[in-house]
Amino acid sequence: MSDAPAPRKPAGRGGRNLELPEHLKAYKGVWVFIEHDRGSVHQVSWELLGEGRMLADTLGVALSGVLLGGPDDNLTAFANEAFTHGAEACYTVRDAVLDGYRNEPFTRGLTDLVNKYRPEIVLLGATTMGRDLAGSVATTLQTGLTADCTELKIDPTSRALAATRPTFGGSLLCTIMTLAYRPQMATVRPRVMAMPKADTKRSGAIIEDTLGMVETDIVTKLLDFIPDANTSKVNLAYADVIVSGGKGLKNPENFKLIWDLAKTLGGDVGATRPVVQSGWVAAERQVGQTGKTVRPKLYIAAGISGAIQHRVGMEAADVIVAINNDPNAPIFDFAHFGIVGNAMTILPALTEAFRNHFAIRRMKAA
Amino acid sequence: MHIVVCIKQVPDSAQIRVHPVTNTIMRQGVPAIVNPYDLFALEEALRLKDSFGGKVTMLCMGPPQAEEALKRCISFGADDAILVTDRAFAGADTLATSYALASAIRQIEKEQAIDLVFTGKQTIDGDTAQVGPGIAKRLSMQLLTYVSRIAELDLANRTITIERRAEGGVQLLKTRTPSLITMLENTNELRFATMPDMIRAARYPVRKWNKDDAGIEDLSKIGLKGSPTVVSKVFGPTPRAVKAEQIPVDKATPRDIAVNLIQAMFTQHPALEQDMLERAPL
Ligand SMILES: Cc1cc2nc3c(=O)[nH]c(=O)nc-3n(C[C@H](O)[C@H](O)[C@H](O)COP(=O)(O)OP(=O)(O)OC[C@H]3O[C@@H](n4cnc5c(N)ncnc54)[C@H](O)[C@@H]3O)c2cc1C
Ligand SMILES: Nc1ncnc2c1ncn2[C@@H]1O[C@H](COP(=O)(O)O)[C@@H](O)[C@H]1O
Repeated sequence: MSDAPAPRKPAGRGGRNLELPEHLKAYKGVWVFIEHDRGSVHQVSWELLGEGRMLADTLGVALSGVLLGGPDDNLTAFANEAFTHGAEACYTVRDAVLDGYRNEPFTRGLTDLVNKYRPEIVLLGATTMGRDLAGSVATTLQTGLTADCTELKIDPTSRALAATRPTFGGSLLCTIMTLAYRPQMATVRPRVMAMPKADTKRSGAIIEDTLGMVETDIVTKLLDFIPDANTSKVNLAYADVIVSGGKGLKNPENFKLIWDLAKTLGGDVGATRPVVQSGWVAAERQVGQTGKTVRPKLYIAAGISGAIQHRVGMEAADVIVAINNDPNAPIFDFAHFGIVGNAMTILPALTEAFRNHFAIRRMKAA
Repeated sequence: MHIVVCIKQVPDSAQIRVHPVTNTIMRQGVPAIVNPYDLFALEEALRLKDSFGGKVTMLCMGPPQAEEALKRCISFGADDAILVTDRAFAGADTLATSYALASAIRQIEKEQAIDLVFTGKQTIDGDTAQVGPGIAKRLSMQLLTYVSRIAELDLANRTITIERRAEGGVQLLKTRTPSLITMLENTNELRFATMPDMIRAARYPVRKWNKDDAGIEDLSKIGLKGSPTVVSKVFGPTPRAVKAEQIPVDKATPRDIAVNLIQAMFTQHPALEQDMLERAPL
């Protein structure tokens, strides 16, 4: 067991070195790792390109995507899609060993590209793939990585990436910078950043590179991929309408009122952590700090107090409706519409009223 | 078989309060616990020990009080516990933490060869999920993150097959040991501590290693000095400028309230109404 080889690093004189050493000033440009799996790109990559575009414009540098994949992956199509979402260039590496995600060849691929082309910022989605890869690449490059950021900005004085993330279970936010090392790395969860508008007129350059690894070099073998059963394919993060229930619903029987309303609206069901922990709904429906970040057009929260750990996962919703029998519940501080009342009577009334409303509207339209 | 499990002692964030004016963490009286995610790693290691025999060594970097967290792990059946504790480690970010822990693991390896290293998925205070991958890279170990199940461990041939949670499915991966596993939460249920183990834990002489014992070679890589990230600001969430528009509830029936909400909402957001009309099932 030996330490992985690392590039030369600035020697911290005496205390801590917070100045960017001369040789690292050559690092330029913003990169987004474009995550794809079984034929499609994860939306978070486009969200990151949208955010990356703003960072690149502030710095006056280029925005590029990075695509690693196997011989059958349609990297060119993905790159073209990346251009429409704001990238000016895409670095692609195609190799048989990059067919399906594995830590070792992907770490090598991304690390080599960074060492060769020297971007100042590298962004990845905070997914099971992005987090696995980011931690490995940052350690190999011996640089700073900030996980699960909720806001990315450029600090005007240092021109460094100022990455803001929740800390202490979401009760506070902190801004983290990597001053004396490059690249500056950050991961962002799906749906935290807004989806940029695609512009099909945009194009860009594809820069192809090679990996230089053979299958026999790679210790870990991907034996199989077992896709999730359809029943558990909840894509809450990307739902447009979510009806969420909290502990205020008291029992799993009452929680059915949430499902009824969601069904009437053609929406999805979300929940708070205590609801998940009580086993009323599956864990993948948890919204919040340790659950999903959602960004629906409408979020209806019933019997939810609005604890900060829940709030950070849903406050980006366009319209938030809160139903709570406690007029002082924190949820009313950030919801758009509030109803102080008993969820058990309001929910069925809402289901009924929405149904009527839609029926009348449809009749008028016909 | 020899497994090392890395655990962190963390403040129970469910009980953390933030000072409303100064926005500082009020730590007084907040109990310190074993990072809840790490308990799934501990249980998985103990299950492997149940099946294959051998030894589970606990490793933690932290202040002297973190000894308590390690003792707790002993009470569940871990065999040995090492606390890496030294002023020089203070202020470490994940890069510096993984350097120190990797270095300590090399020292442990000198005592007895290691088959597997476990970490939790993430901590509840740092919350980065970076330390596990960092240790693996530094030790050139195969990295297996978000492991939901250990399908097979073949000690003789030094191979392990696991299921790993990925986006939209599960990867079945086979690799060589020693490897590093970050264990997914809710994948097992922690056993109860037995009376004899509780007594053993209370008396257990947790080994305390300073930076020299932990084999730290490069002092510029630990603590604040070895941390590339700089915390530049800590602040509270900004309150929204306007509070929720309250739908009147006095003397209104639930039906009136519902109708009034829909009215108010769709008047202010006509696009939402159109969108929902298209989505709602007939
Ligand atoms: C590290 C950490 C991570 C966490 N991560 C998450 C996370 O990801 N997601 C999450 O949700 N939580 C998370 N939590 C938990 C979070 O702190 C809160 O405890 C949780 O969100 C509260 O859930 P709740 O609103 O359902 O329950 P409660 O806080 O118990 O609130 C219930 C609400 O229902 C109201 N109510 C009661 N009866 C009625 C009624 N008849 N009609 C209408 N309203 C009624 C009450 O007034 C109350 O406001 C986390 C906590 C920690 C420490
Ligand atoms: N100070 C520490 N001592 C021992 N293990 C740690 C420490 N910090 C992190 N870990 C391990 O690394 C995992 C990921 O931590 P983090 O990167 O902080 O989310 C944790 O679940 C622990 O298993």
